[in-house]
Amino acid sequence: MAIVQDTEVLTTSAPKRRLTMSSRETAWGLLFLSPWFIGLALFYAIPIIISFVMSFTDFNPVNAGAVKFVGLANYQWMFSESATVSSFFITLKLSVIGVPLGLFAALGLAIMLNQKLLAGKRVFRTLFFMPVQIPLVASTIIWLDFLNGSSGWLAYILNTFQDIFITLFGGLLHISSPYTPIAPSWFQDTSWAVPGLILMGLWGIGNAMLIFLAGLQTVPTELYEAARVDGAGAWQQFRSVTLPMISPVFFYNLLISVIGMAQYFTQPYVIGGSSGNPGGETLVFNINLYNEAWKYNFMGHGAALAWLMFVVVLGFSLVLFRTSARWVFYAGGER
Amino acid sequence: MTAIAMDPAKGVRSKWNRRVRRLGKRTAVSLAVGIVCFIFILPLIYAISVAFTPSNTTSIVGAPPWPTAARQMDYTPAGQAPTTLYIYVVPDWDGLGQGHTKDLGLLTENFPPVASEFVDPANPSQIIKWGDKAGQNVYTLSHVWDIGITLDNFGSAWDKMGAAEGGFPLLFRNTLAIAILGTIGAVTSAVLVAYGFARFRIPGKNILFLILISTIMVPFQVTLIPTFLVFQAIGWTGTWLPLIVPHFFANAYNVFLLRQYFMGLPRELDEAAQMDGASPFRILVSVIIPQSWPAIMAVTLFHFFFAWNDFLNPLIYLAGSADLWPIAVGLNNFNTTFRNAGTPAVIQAGSLLAMLLPVVIFFFAQRVFMRGVVISGVEK
Repeated sequence: MAIVQDTEVLTTSAPKRRLTMSSRETAWGLLFLSPWFIGLALFYAIPIIISFVMSFTDFNPVNAGAVKFVGLANYQWMFSESATVSSFFITLKLSVIGVPLGLFAALGLAIMLNQKLLAGKRVFRTLFFMPVQIPLVASTIIWLDFLNGSSGWLAYILNTFQDIFITLFGGLLHISSPYTPIAPSWFQDTSWAVPGLILMGLWGIGNAMLIFLAGLQTVPTELYEAARVDGAGAWQQFRSVTLPMISPVFFYNLLISVIGMAQYFTQPYVIGGSSGNPGGETLVFNINLYNEAWKYNFMGHGAALAWLMFVVVLGFSLVLFRTSARWVFYAGGER
Repeated sequence: MTAIAMDPAKGVRSKWNRRVRRLGKRTAVSLAVGIVCFIFILPLIYAISVAFTPSNTTSIVGAPPWPTAARQMDYTPAGQAPTTLYIYVVPDWDGLGQGHTKDLGLLTENFPPVASEFVDPANPSQIIKWGDKAGQNVYTLSHVWDIGITLDNFGSAWDKMGAAEGGFPLLFRNTLAIAILGTIGAVTSAVLVAYGFARFRIPGKNILFLILISTIMVPFQVTLIPTFLVFQAIGWTGTWLPLIVPHFFANAYNVFLLRQYFMGLPRELDEAAQMDGASPFRILVSVIIPQSWPAIMAVTLFHFFFAWNDFLNPLIYLAGSADLWPIAVGLNNFNTTFRNAGTPAVIQAGSLLAMLLPVVIFFFAQRVFMRGVVISGVEK
C-alpha cells in the first residue's frame, strides 16, 4: 500500500517558504480529514471506551441511577448462563463450517466463471452476484419457505428424486412404501436449523466470488504455460500457481467473512425471532446480546458480550496478519 | 512439396475436427455452468412462482408446486344462497369400476362409512352420493388443478405490510428518505476524507490511514450500546436521525475505495488548477470529482443498498414508531404476522415488493457496482 509521494513544491525559493507551504497543505489536509476525525471520536473511540467501562457494571437504563461496579461478574456470568453458552457454540459452529464452505464455494464459482470456454460470462456473473443485492430480510423469507419441509421446492425436489429412486431400486433394497420422505424440515427441525443457515448463507457469496474472479484474472498466463511445460497437471497448476497467486485475495475474503460472521444477526432473527426458534437453535451470539441489552435491559451483560466479540475478532485478525507472511504471497514483493 | 500436396485435405479435416470438438466442449462447459446457475437462483424462481399463486392453493396439501388454482364451481341449492364448491376427481363414481372417474363438486363431506354428497357441474340439480363403500374415502380425493395466476397477493402485501396504516407505500417512502439522506452524507464525507488522504501531505498519514482501515474490524456491537444510550439521551430514538447522521462522518470502505481511485488520477490537472490559483476545495469540485464519477457512483450505490438492507439499527431505534419503519423492519413484521396465518404466497409477494427497486437498480448499474466491489477487495 504505497502512498504516492507528493510532487515537489513548485517554488524552489528559501526553505522557510517551503515550510509554510507544506504546513498550509497539512492544514488543508486535516480540514478534509476532519469529518472522519469527528466520526472516529464520536462513533468509535468514545463508545468503545464507554462500553468497556460499562462491561464492569450492572448498568440498567430502567434504573440508571443505581448503577454500580460489579468487577468481572458479567464476564463470569456469560460462561455460566446456558442460553449464552449455547449461543457461543452456535456462532462457533456457523463460523467453523460456514466460513470455509462459503470461501471455497466462492472460489469454485470464480474458477468456473473464469473458464475460457464459457459462453455468456457476464450474464452468469451477474446472476451469481444478484442474490447479494436482495435485501437480507427478503432473501431470508424466500429461503424460509423454499426450505419448508412440506410445501418448499427443495422438499418437493428431494422427495421426487426419492420416489423415482425407490420405484427403480426399491425392490432390490427391500424398501416398501410407505417410507419416510428424506427431505429435512430445516427450520422446523432443531438438528437441521444450523445447516439450514449455512446453506442459506451460500446465497451471499457473490462479493467473495467477484473478488476471487478479479484475483484469478490477474494471474499471468505465462505462469500456467511454464507449469505445463514442467509437466504439471490441472490440480498441480491449481496448487502451485493459482493458490499462491490468489492468496492475497483469499486473505482479504477470509478476514471479511470472519468479520461478517461476528456481525451475523438479521437472517437468524427473521427465522427464529428473539427466542431462536426452533428450540433455540438459531439463537446466535448477536441475538443473545440483543436480548440481554434490549429485551431484558441488562446493558452490562450486553457490553461484556460485545467486548468479548471485539477481543475475539481482534485476536483472530492479529493471528491472521501475523501468520500472513507464511501463507500470503505478494507477487510484487511489496508490503 | 509432395508432403504439402498430400496433406491439405487431412489438414483441413483435423482443423475442422478440432473446431467441432472445441464447440462441443464449449457447449458442455456452458451447459454445466448454466445448470449450477439455475440451481443457485432456484429460490428466487420459487418466490416468484409462489407470489403469483392464489393464496388458498398453498394451504392445500398435495397442491402442485407451480401457480395453480383448485377448480371450483358455483352452486345454488334450491331456495338458498349461492355457494362455491371445490371440484374433485371422483373414481368409481357410478359404481362401474375405478376407471370411471368424473369431476364432481363436493357438497357435504362426511366421514368415510357415511356417504358424502356431490354435484355434477353439468347437471347441478342432481345430488350424487359417494363414499359409503369399502375403499372409498372422501379425504383422499384429489383436486382438479388449473393453471392459476393472480396478482391478489401483491395487493394484500401492498396494503398490509408494516404495522402502521399506509402499508407498503409508507414503508417504501420511509426507506427511500432514510436511504437518500444517508447516501448524501456518506458520499460527501467519504469524498472529502478520501481527497484528504489521496492528495495532501500530512504527518503520520500512513498511521491515520491504518487506523481508518482497522475500524472495519470493529464489530458494530461494541459501539452499539453506548451510541444507543446517547441517542436516547438526546431524544433521537423514535426518529430517523440515528439512521442518517452517523453516516455523515465517513465510512472506511467508502474512503478506501475513493482514495484508491483518486490516487490513480493524474496530478497534472490538479497542478495546473493550482497554478491558476484554485483553492484545494475548488480543485476537488472542478478537477477531481468530474473525473471520478464511476467510483462516486459505486459508493452511492453501496450506501443506498446498505440503507435498504439495514435491519438491526431501525429495529432498535424505531422500536415503538411503526409509522417511521423502513421496509426491512416492516417486512419482518409482515412475515411474522402472516406466517401464523399460514399464507406463504402473500409473504413471498411482500418480499418481491421489497426487493424490486434494489434489483432493478442493480441490473441497470451492475457494471459500476461489481467494479466497486473489486476495487475494495483486490487493489490493496
